[in-house]
Amino acid sequence: MNTAIAQDNAGSPSLGEPVYELSNVSKTYARNLVVALDDVSLTLRKGSFTSVIGSSGCGKSTLLKIMAGLIPPTQGRVALQGKPVTGPRRDIGMMFQQATLFPWKTAVENIVLPIEIRDGRAAAAKAMDKAHDLLDIVGLKGFDGVYPNELSGGMAQRASICRMLITEPAVLLLDEPFSALDELSRDMMNMELQRICREQDATAFLVTHSIQEAVILSDEIVVMKPRPGRVAEIVKVDLPRPRTLDMMTTPEFGEIVEYIRGLLDKGEDM
Amino acid sequence: MSDVQNNAPIERNDTEDTVWVQEISFIDSVPRWLAMSFVFFVFVGTWQLVTFFEMVSPIILPTPWETLLDMIFVGKNLLTGGYMLVALWITIQEVILGFALAIALGFSLGILVGETAFGEKAVMPYLVAIDTMPKVAFAPLFVAWLGFGIESKVALAAFIATFPIVVGTAAGLHSADENARMLFKTMGATRMQTLFKMKLPTGLPQIFTGLKIGAVGVMAGAITGEFLGGGKGFGELIRVAASQLNTPRVFSLILYLSLVGLVVYLLVMHAQRKVVFWHEERVGAHD
Ligand SMILES: Nc1ncnc2c1ncn2[C@@H]1O[C@H](COP(=O)(O)OP(=O)(O)OP(=O)(O)O)[C@@H](O)[C@H]1O
Ligand SMILES: [Mg+2]
Repeated sequence: MNTAIAQDNAGSPSLGEPVYELSNVSKTYARNLVVALDDVSLTLRKGSFTSVIGSSGCGKSTLLKIMAGLIPPTQGRVALQGKPVTGPRRDIGMMFQQATLFPWKTAVENIVLPIEIRDGRAAAAKAMDKAHDLLDIVGLKGFDGVYPNELSGGMAQRASICRMLITEPAVLLLDEPFSALDELSRDMMNMELQRICREQDATAFLVTHSIQEAVILSDEIVVMKPRPGRVAEIVKVDLPRPRTLDMMTTPEFGEIVEYIRGLLDKGEDM
Repeated sequence: MSDVQNNAPIERNDTEDTVWVQEISFIDSVPRWLAMSFVFFVFVGTWQLVTFFEMVSPIILPTPWETLLDMIFVGKNLLTGGYMLVALWITIQEVILGFALAIALGFSLGILVGETAFGEKAVMPYLVAIDTMPKVAFAPLFVAWLGFGIESKVALAAFIATFPIVVGTAAGLHSADENARMLFKTMGATRMQTLFKMKLPTGLPQIFTGLKIGAVGVMAGAITGEFLGGGKGFGELIRVAASQLNTPRVFSLILYLSLVGLVVYLLVMHAQRKVVFWHEERVGAHD
């Protein structure tokens, strides 16, 4: 064991109220009887940033979909802000590996789409100002009227962040949102994400394949093992906030990265 | 439609053997209209030669000149509102009504089949079964049910054109990807919202493909209906001219008829350009 890394399955007391609570969640896909998740229990606290890391196929996306209410668990309980999750919830914002902007809408129309769906066109028109501000924040000033075809991958992903944020969701569920980007833009987007989460006091849950990304962003890292997908360990990251990219060169950072790499290698043997 | 800028020669500021220059094949440097006229003249020239040396009987194949003269004659009749215009107008009505009916039917059935589990499980197999039948064979039935007026022709035209629209609509509704579906779910969209705000717009390219195939079918249906079910349309003029062995007339009537078909097709294509502005069609692009 190491000083910078504390094994902690009960969650950190320094953070806020529990927002998400998963108890003994299991998922077996009926189609092929794959046990994607086996007895996963997790608590996300308000304002915390949690990452999930694990080899391909260990059930990370499945976990995220269950949390989002997109698919039901085979067993176990998921509660968000005290209420059980039984279907899609509007206090959740979600982002995927692809930006999934709709090509027949301009950037700003894409961003207000969640409002249009929830409250109708008139409300969406009123939310335009807010969408402009959000575009400003992610560095897309002046791209309001541009169609997604004319945006680069990174720009499209920024616009989809805005779309996720426009409804001010309490929880952000992110499934490898920046994995299609190059390393430089990815680092920048991560810092952006951290700032947004702090400003909006949002609780974030990020699926990633990058240990560095997980460590630089997270308060806690859920390390998963495959076949069946289960939690190997929850690693706490005690680096000070706000995090900066320089921290990636500190010894503490390196230690945590090494520790997690060790956990993942162990997982491969099993 | 080909991208001219791409083919523009690159300025050379070095000796040829040290600079890599994009090579442009001969055919890429020829404008489309020129290439098309070339094919046209080769075709008409061959036609002229074949008829000039009487390699086939003039009853089977008229000369290009005869055909042109007859086209002028038919054109005059059409422009002055003669009996041919009356016939053409009947056929145009059949085409418009048939296409409208096919769009309404094809679209509704496409949504039923593409959106509901019931439609997919219970209705689709029947549609596929009917689609594999030679639909023209139903013409006598339509005549028996609807008489010799334009109704039976509209029915056959719509019958033929409906299936590609059903298939295009259903395929279009299935073309939305998993992420888009999940996104709409997480936004709490209702089924109708998901259908109209996501699935239908996503499927528009396929829907238009179905419409274009339908536009061709509707023309074939109307004319076949007129051949087999009489009436006073353009198809009847063709039938009569053919029975009188007036081949130049048959040729020129067919050419005018194909103009109508072309207009319908171009209208659909124009609508597609306007509606599906984000989707670039790659017709004849080969780079
Ligand atoms: N819809 C599905 N039907 C059947 N099996 C599925 C389905 N989705 C996922 N699985 C299976 O569940 C397991 C976990 O899949 P999941 O997508 O959650 O993995 P992941 O950790 O997100 O992987 P990756 O890192 O590659 O995205 C895999 O073995 C996969 O084959
Ligand atoms: Mg995944």
